[in-house]
Formats: sequence, structure tokens, C-alpha cells
Amino acid sequence: MNLQTIIEKLNLTLLTEERDFSSIQIESGYQSDLLSCVMTGAQPQSIWITLIANINIVAVASLLEISAIIITENAQPNQETISRANMEEIVLLSTSASNFQVAGQLWDLGIKDH
Amino acid sequence: MSNQRFFSDSSAARVTRTEELAYELSIAQVMTRDPLTLSVDMTMRDALDLIGKSKISGAPVARDGELIGVLSTDDLIRSLRDGRIDRKVTEYMTHEVFTVRETDQVVEALKMFAKTKVGRLPVVDAENKLIGILTKGDISNGVLNALQRDLEAEELIRYRASHLFEDIVSDRTSLILRYTIKKDDFLHGGAASNRIKKALLRLGASSQVARKCGIAVYEAEMNLIIHTNHGGYLRVEVEQNRIVMEAYDDGPGIPDINKARTPGFSTASADVRNKGFGAGMGLVNINNCVDEMVIKSSVENGTNLHMTISLDKASL
Repeated sequence: MNLQTIIEKLNLTLLTEERDFSSIQIESGYQSDLLSCVMTGAQPQSIWITLIANINIVAVASLLEISAIIITENAQPNQETISRANMEEIVLLSTSASNFQVAGQLWDLGIKDH
Repeated sequence: MSNQRFFSDSSAARVTRTEELAYELSIAQVMTRDPLTLSVDMTMRDALDLIGKSKISGAPVARDGELIGVLSTDDLIRSLRDGRIDRKVTEYMTHEVFTVRETDQVVEALKMFAKTKVGRLPVVDAENKLIGILTKGDISNGVLNALQRDLEAEELIRYRASHLFEDIVSDRTSLILRYTIKKDDFLHGGAASNRIKKALLRLGASSQVARKCGIAVYEAEMNLIIHTNHGGYLRVEVEQNRIVMEAYDDGPGIPDINKARTPGFSTASADVRNKGFGAGMGLVNINNCVDEMVIKSSVENGTNLHMTISLDKASL
């Protein structure tokens, strides 16, 4: 599933720079608000659902080569976090939906690997 | 049309480098030197022969090396239409010529092309002597060559780094990377582990090994940021057959190491937990990534975390 489709179907707000999202393939997903769990659980080229909006999510995503992060419940990362994400080429997306809702929507789209 | 970009978004990183190159490269580096030049005593018929043979669409006109005009195929067509093909090139050429200096950056030429819509720009030195000609094609070629040189330089660095252990012969060769980690520096949390991971990839480690080291060092790095009195040091020693990662701090020490190794046990404050830390999985994660983990800790000397990943002979 490409990221462009996910952004459209889930009506996500883009926080980082515009890119060719249709060329970014997302094969798996992970949800956690505990960074150490993400460290063990998230796969490369995956999408990560979390309520955390601070700069540490970018470091973790970069280390694990996570492609995109969906920040839920309208939590807002600061400008520094967004700049760092642009630098590391991590896509930050925002939604008012909860972790639970977003995970359900991605599952419905057929992203079931973790 | 002229502003249209023929780069896909996926090569956006390259476009940025291309734009950088427009500022880095000088016109002298990309122009065509010793271009076909018309002299002032030539007729339009001479020009037609020369230009037709060279399959170009125009040429500069010079007197004793000094640029005085440019003749284009449009000018040739006008003279043919007028039936005055035996007149001198100086009658039909454009006298007011846009030029660029060899010492200018390529970006200046790009601005000039955008502003004037001309197809070629004569390049002159400080005395207005003609030294070259510049087309958009020259710029594309120059930029592509520069990108190719970048790529080759990076490949060379990678090659050299990955052959470090073969090239340098000793009884025991190792490479030591050291990083200072500051207490409460959440802003740079993960920076050292990201650098270590990238260094290992350069040295030729497999992505699996680099990922395991990255995760282990990240947890150690965050422990130094969150749990120490004054931060500490990370030290990574890379050898051909193993990677040893160590974290040192000067306190406060871990009172009960077994408890600290229990999944889910954490002493992190509510504030730190709100940042997403304090899952109580740090040491558990490290243990899963490395082949050997040893913790030495005392209230007097602080904590030393020692992690080893063994490599197959082929790994580095």
C-alpha cells in the first residue's frame, strides 16, 4: 500500500514537506507510545501510530528506518521536531482520531503485518 | 516551459544537490572552451557554411579575440530573405550581447537564461575577450558530471572504509568511536546511536548488525540522558570479528541490577514517561540485540554497561 493512498483514505494532515508519497510503500504498521517497545517491535519501511509528538520520535524512526509516523488525537509536534523529520526524511502526519481508530482503519486497508 | 522540472519528487534530494551545484560550480568549469568564432571580415555566406557544417544554431563574432557580437540562424535567414548573403556578418549580427564572466557561478547564467530567453551566452574575461560559450546543455552536462564525481567520491570513501580491516595489518586492529552524552539532553537523544549505526554501515556491517547495534546503543544513550547524575560516555570499539559497545557514567549507580533487568521495571519520573520513555524495556531490548551484556554498578563508581556483538568473519 502506498503512503499517498493511506493519507487520502485516513484524511491525514501532512506536517512535513510535500513529497512523492505514491512512491513510498508501507508494508507494515506498529502502535505504541513507549519508545522502547517501538525499538523492538517496529519494522523498517513501516508506519508508526503514536500519541507522542516530541522530537525523540524522529530519532527512533530514523534509527529504525520507519517511513512515516501518524501522530494521533491532534497532538502537535513543535517546529524543531518537524525540521528534524524533514532532515531525516521521516513523514509526519496528524489526525484527530485515536490510536485505536487509526490502527483499525489501517487494518481495514489491508495493512496487517507488524 | 523553461521553468519545468524534469525531476520526480523521489529524486528531490538530488534536486537540492543540483541546486547547490548551481552555486558551487563556476561557469569556467562547465562552459565549452574555444568555441567556433566568426571574424569581422567574414560574409554571411562564410558564416552559413561554417555554422551549417558545425550543426550549431549561432556563433559569437570577435575582433582580435574581443567579443563584438553574436550571429544566430535567425540573422542568417534574414540575410537570405533579403538576398544579401554576401554582406558582412557585422551588418546582421546582434551587437548588444548578453554575456557572463568565467568567474561567475552557474546560477548567474541560469538567471540570465531565464531573463533573456537567449539560447547561448558568450563567456568573457575581465577584458571582454571571448573565452568560451555556454548553453543550457553545457550546464546540464556540467552538473551531471559533478554529481557523478560526488557519487564516485562517496563510493571511494565507502570502499576504503569497508576495506579498513584488510588494508591495515596489525596483530589486532580496531576502530574506536567515542561520544559524550549530556544529562537531560532529550533534544539530541538518539543522535549518537544514529551516527554509530551509519558508521557501521560504512564500515561494511550488514543492515541487520547495524540495526541491532543502533538499538542497543540507543537504549544505553537514553539511559545516560535520563538516569545519570551528569550524563556519561559511549564508546564503541569495532573489530573485524566483534563490536564492543560500552556506556559509562559516574552515578548514581543501580541499587538492584536484577530488578533493573526485569521487563517493565522502571524508575523513570512521570515527566520522562510522558515523553515516551520509562517502559522498563531498555535493558531487556539491549539483551535481545547483543550476544553478551554485562552491567557493573555501584553507588561509589557509577554504572558501566558492556555490550558485545560477535560477527561472522565475513561481516566486517
